[in-house]
Formats: sequence, structure tokens, C-alpha cells
Amino acid sequence: MKSEVVIDAEGLTKEFGNLVAVDNINFQVFKGECFGFLGPNGAGKTTTMKMVHCVLPLTAGRLTVAGLDVTKQATEIKKMIGVAPQEDNLDPDFTVFHNLIVYARYFDIPKAEARKRAEELLRFVQLEEKSKVLIDQLSSGMKRRLILARALINEPQILLLDEPTTGLDPQARHLIWDKVRSLQKQGVTIALTTHYMEEAAQLCDRTVIMDNARIIEEGNPGDLIKKHVGEEVLEVAYDEEVLKFLRSAFPNSRLDVVSDRIQVFTQQPRGVFAQILTKFSFKAAMIRDANLEDVFLKLTGRRLKE
Amino acid sequence: MKTSRVATYFKLPELSYRVWRVWRRDEDVFMKTYKANFIPPLLEPLFYLLGLGFGLGAFVQPQEGLPYIVFIAPALVASSMMTSSFFECTYGSFVRMYYQKTFDAIIATPLSLEEVIAGELLWGATKSLVNSSIVMVVIVLLGLAHSPFLLLIPPLSFLVGLFFAAIAMCFTAITPNIDSFNYPTILFTTPMFILSGTFFSITALPETVQVIANLFFPLTHAVALTRALAVGRLSTSLLLNLSWLLVTTPFFFVLSINLMKRRLIK
Repeated sequence: MKSEVVIDAEGLTKEFGNLVAVDNINFQVFKGECFGFLGPNGAGKTTTMKMVHCVLPLTAGRLTVAGLDVTKQATEIKKMIGVAPQEDNLDPDFTVFHNLIVYARYFDIPKAEARKRAEELLRFVQLEEKSKVLIDQLSSGMKRRLILARALINEPQILLLDEPTTGLDPQARHLIWDKVRSLQKQGVTIALTTHYMEEAAQLCDRTVIMDNARIIEEGNPGDLIKKHVGEEVLEVAYDEEVLKFLRSAFPNSRLDVVSDRIQVFTQQPRGVFAQILTKFSFKAAMIRDANLEDVFLKLTGRRLKE
Repeated sequence: MKTSRVATYFKLPELSYRVWRVWRRDEDVFMKTYKANFIPPLLEPLFYLLGLGFGLGAFVQPQEGLPYIVFIAPALVASSMMTSSFFECTYGSFVRMYYQKTFDAIIATPLSLEEVIAGELLWGATKSLVNSSIVMVVIVLLGLAHSPFLLLIPPLSFLVGLFFAAIAMCFTAITPNIDSFNYPTILFTTPMFILSGTFFSITALPETVQVIANLFFPLTHAVALTRALAVGRLSTSLLLNLSWLLVTTPFFFVLSINLMKRRLIK
């Protein structure tokens, strides 16, 4: 039994002049899930997000949000979604509190209700003490939290988060993650973009990996890891002899040489690496869990994207 | 192909009451610092009246049958309509669009870009109304104008303000950067400030310049109308001045919105 589709894209394409930013992609986001767009910078994630929240016209394809067509019912769609953009576009002319009040007005929220929601939201993102402070005086972590609060002012059923934690320290990042999880528990459907693999693994039920304007893989983060890089990775210091030996010991595995280390990926069950380490000793050997970053680098390559 | 391109520049915008939400935002900012905002329009005309009216005026023959200071006082009201709305929708709107990303933030809500720009234009017109009314109060208090028709100047200032706001927004839509606003300022508002019948009767100019001023200097019409209302000298030729503004304002209002759409929606 499939649950209700909230965001539905078919053949979605966006071109800016000669540049194809999003190239004929298909995806579906289901009600109540947290869906991640993963990809390097320039992959087309933000462009996709902007089409979902009706500020960028499509070049081709079909895109609906809650069954409404983004090209025809933008106002209706924008009423029920919350958007936390990547760049800081808080209003520097106002205080923290007044930012929320002015934003509420765009949604026709009555003044008393707006004040109530603004107070609640500032508590939710732990900014109640900064209520009367101007935006300039906030740290970048506080700004991200306020942008999240602002995105929630219309009590959206769908929340779009574009790089919600880029540039934040670990404390601020974990706070945002907590908030996103608690919103998902309340039934909010969340679509986010990120290039932090850990973020996707922590938050997302399903992800698509984008590269060069296309979706190159799709699935649950755990499944993707198992499918592409197995459960464990063995890393040892680079040595010609060791490399030869590992090749013969793991003939069906992928071996990567990254700077001065050898990485061995296997589809065999957990424990094979531990076994071999009891028999042989390699310099600087380490067994670690495979992660989404391994998948990502395998699929998108190691070259720089920009 | 070419005609359809032109047609996109004059496509009528779809606007709703939400336009006023943008106006309210700008008004909130203005009211936060209202004390500081009221001082420049209060002081600026005083300097002109002192220097040009009392000072230079002692050497200047009456213009159009009016003592020099009485002649220039309404022109200062009219030029404040132009400068306040023009600056609001060039520098002010550009800062909100480009540096503060305020427009980006607003179009993520139920408002459309068309409504955002229309709200900015209405705010520009409001700035014209507020600032020119302050100047008007100054000239009335100095006894330089006392016709009951004065009361029609505020509504006129909204129309004139809307016109200049729309012209300004066209420049904002095509300017590569904020420094380039120097060009419309030096080539458009400054010559108009001097040559639109503001500081001397337009009839003193060579005839060709008079024609150019009447056709292409919108401030000429604003000055003629404001002066007529301030001194209570109404004539049928004023209908031409008013018609000029009533025809061109909607034209530039629509054009400026479509030019901004071209700039911001890729």
C-alpha cells in the first residue's frame, strides 16, 4: 500500500539559456516522509526546490504539489508550504520578532494569532531571548533557526529546507536536526537538500542523489549503502605489496586508492575484515562502517564539481 | 516574434489586495524611524526658500506675475514629489531587491512578484505624498500659498509619485548595479529639476526646449498643476497637464512590473 503522493515531478526540466540545470527528472515525495536531495554543488538541487515552491517557471515537464499544478495554482500551493531558503533573506530592517509578524501578514494571519505563533515558534527554535534583537546581531546558527521558525509561521503541511545546516557548528546542526525530526513526528512532509551525507543519513527516509542535473540513484540511505558499498570498509596504509595481497584476498571487491590509503569495499557480510586482521597485520589498518559518503563518492566521482 | 516580445512588456499584471502587505512592510520600516524621516523634507525647502527665494529673489523680476518666492514655493512641493518617489524606487527598491533579498523572501509566500513590485510602487507614491505634504505645510506656514485648492495637492502628489516611482522602477529593472543610478539622476531628474518651470517660467526657454519640456519632462506637468492649485489660478490648459500624467502613469506602471519580472524570473 503506497501512501499519498505530496510532490510529484515528471520529466521536470529547467534550462537557463544553454545551461541545463535540471534534466528530465522524476521523483515522488510521500506524505509524512523526509525526502532528501543529495548532490554536489551545482547538481540542480536548489533549482528543483525553487520550482517546487513556484518561484522558478519550468522549462518542461509536470510538477504538482498536493495535487496542484505549480504553473497554475502557485498562490494556493504557497499558502500551504513553508520554505527555508539557503541564503539569508531575513529582513534586516526588523527585529527577530517583527520578522515573524511581517511574514505572518503575507499569509493573512490575524495579528493576535501571529503574535501567539511567533512566540511559540521562537520558543521552539530557542530564540525567545533574542526576540527584540535586530537580525544583524544574530550568529549564523541563530539566523538559520529563525529562518526555520519563519518557514513554520503558516503551519505548513509541507516544509522545504534548502541546505538547512550548511556552515553551522555541530551544536547548531544537531539542534536543527532535532527540530526537523520533531516536525516530521507532527506529520509534516519534509523535502530537503544537502551535501552533507550524515545529514541525509540522519534525517531522510528516502533520498535521491543528483549529479549534473540528473537523478542518478534513489532509495533509503541504509539500502543505498548496502547496495553500493556494503556494510564495512577496510582502510590500510598504501603499499604495493599489500595492495596486491588484498586484490587476491578479495577478488570480487572494489579497491580504491585514495591519496596514501587503500580502501576495500565488500559485499560480504560483516566480519570478513576482522578475520583477516587477526591473521595479518597491516600498517594503520582500520575497519569502519560504510557510509553514505562512500556511496556518494563512488557514484559522483572524486573530481571537484566546480 | 518581435510583436509578442513587445506584448510581454505590457502584459497586465494580476494583482490582489496582497499588494498592500508589501506597502505595509515598507510603511513599518518608515514608521520605525519616522522622526528622522520627517526632518530632511522639512529642512530642504527651507534652504531653497532662504537662498533662492529671499536671497536671489531680491534680484529677480516677478515670474508669471508672481513674486519670485511665491513662484518657486509650489515648484519645491512638486520637485519633492519627484525626488522622494524616484529615490525610493531606485536606491530603496534596489537595496531591498539585491542586497537584502527581501523580494525573494516575500515571493516564497502567497504573494507574486507582480504584487511585490506593485506594492513597492504604491509605497513610492506614498513617500511622495508624505514628503510633499510636509513641504506644503512649510510654504503655507510661511504664507507663500493660501488657496483652498491646496487641498488637492496631496492627491495629485500620489499620482505624480506613482508616475516617478514607475519610471524609477524601470531603471531599477535594467541597472547593472547600484552605482549606475548616477546616470538617471544626472540625466533625468537633475535637468528636470532645473528646466521644468521650477525656478523660472518655462516661457523663458527657447521654443524647441519648451516643446521638449512639455513632452518629455513629466515634472513640467507636476509643477504647472501644483502651482495652479497653490496660488488658485485654474485654467483649462491644466487638463492637458493632468491628462499627460493620467495616460503615462499606467503605461509605466505596467511596463516597470514586466521589466522587473524579466530581470528576476529566469
